[in-house]
Amino acid sequence: MMEFTQAEALGVLATVAKTLIILVGAVLMAALMIPIERRLLGLWQDRYGPNRVGPFGSLQVVADMVKIFFKEDWIPPFADKAVFVVAPAIIMVTSLLAFAVIPFTPTWTVANLNVGVLFLLAMSSLGVYSVIFAGWASDNKYALIGAMRTAAQMISYEVFMGLSLLGVVLLAGSFNLGDIIESQRGMWNVIPQFPAFVIFFIAGCAEIHRAPFDLPEAEQELTAGYHTEYSGMKFGMFFVGEYLGIVLISCLVTVLFFGGWLGPWLPGFVWFFLKAFTFMCFFVLLRASTVRPRYDQLMAFGWKILLPIAIVNVAITGAIVVATS
Amino acid sequence: MKNAAQTAFSATSSVLRTIGMTFMHSFRKRETVLYPEEKPYLPPRYRGRIVLTRDPDGAERCVACNLCSVSCPVDCISVVKAEDETGRWYPETFRINFSRCIYCGFCEDACPTYAIQLTPDFEMGEFDRQNMVYEKSDLTIAGVGKRPGYNFYRVAGMAVGGKDKGEAENEAKPVNIKTLLP
Repeated sequence: MMEFTQAEALGVLATVAKTLIILVGAVLMAALMIPIERRLLGLWQDRYGPNRVGPFGSLQVVADMVKIFFKEDWIPPFADKAVFVVAPAIIMVTSLLAFAVIPFTPTWTVANLNVGVLFLLAMSSLGVYSVIFAGWASDNKYALIGAMRTAAQMISYEVFMGLSLLGVVLLAGSFNLGDIIESQRGMWNVIPQFPAFVIFFIAGCAEIHRAPFDLPEAEQELTAGYHTEYSGMKFGMFFVGEYLGIVLISCLVTVLFFGGWLGPWLPGFVWFFLKAFTFMCFFVLLRASTVRPRYDQLMAFGWKILLPIAIVNVAITGAIVVATS
Repeated sequence: MKNAAQTAFSATSSVLRTIGMTFMHSFRKRETVLYPEEKPYLPPRYRGRIVLTRDPDGAERCVACNLCSVSCPVDCISVVKAEDETGRWYPETFRINFSRCIYCGFCEDACPTYAIQLTPDFEMGEFDRQNMVYEKSDLTIAGVGKRPGYNFYRVAGMAVGGKDKGEAENEAKPVNIKTLLP
């Protein structure tokens, strides 16, 4: 049996507490994004959105959650049961695991991995399994088309999502997200790495299949895409998973390009939150304003435009880093 | 190459312009009318809750002719005729099932005495369907509704309740068709 000193035990407890706080915080933020999104969409479409439940409609999400908990959780008889049940769990687990490496303040990281960026990319790639499993297990043509689109979208977008981050990694000289933030003390990465920022943001949109890249769940064409057959809390998990994705990508953009917790006067966490929240709102603005491209246009745009730009960006950044070191 | 650059530029600027224009909607007036707090204006001819009006003398206008019931496309009006000692018809029962009513206004058009009228009121929600059935006492109002000064029996040529033939407003005395005298 292992012997723990008191200090070690306290350290473990602190880590567990931190993990729980970050997990609950992330899920709460994702849940809070639902009313925020609905209210913001209302604002930009000259209407109000839900404003009855609680102050400014903020308790709407509680009402929605209560409703979704009491809904019948139905598994279609033609579905592949095991895969059908596992699929929504995967997106939740991978999204939440990705939060483990995000440094919210200099001291608030669950796992200070030295391969943080790679871990993030791995987790976000694993999330694709959720969508493909869901589409396949549903045994429904719309769900399957949605899943196929996701697969195609992911192969095109994962590539330059990773490539766009290479410039940032080169500048920081580390895969560790904390080091990347510290390297932005002089100047935020968004200035020297502007093309990378744009590419990463677009790829992030595609990664969490938000409008304008919500082809896998295009309501107008595919009813609800891969989660057509889902109901009750399983559907709720896909829903929360999607919003967790928004929170995650917003946090990532903040960490990688906008200096994370860095900022004058206010404490680090407040800066982090403000920056991330701005991006979450920007995701909603994108949804309110952009149109969905056609499936082949999306892939052409990815392979023919964004990928070359990402490669050129890496080459130039690399040349400059080598020349100046 | 130049063409491609132009396309890329115009596409990018178009997307950015769209996002900007959408954002500017933050400062626009919202179109939604917050209904329970802010009531919409309903014109007097709005077809809402049905009422039974009275004539200027305060007597009920309905003569239980059943034309409203006949014209009703959803059969939601039920009238039972009765007759008082002066020979005037009146409805013993007048029942409208508002859970069936489609507010088409045909009954109002069919009514020869302007008794049945539609009013600008639609807030009739009930938790119990049975409460949507309105009896005569629920339907009858004290006023004349949209037709002030109209009294059917005062202008109609029918002999009723002390008023004989030829005694109505603008009505000539009955002509004796059996005589040749002028």
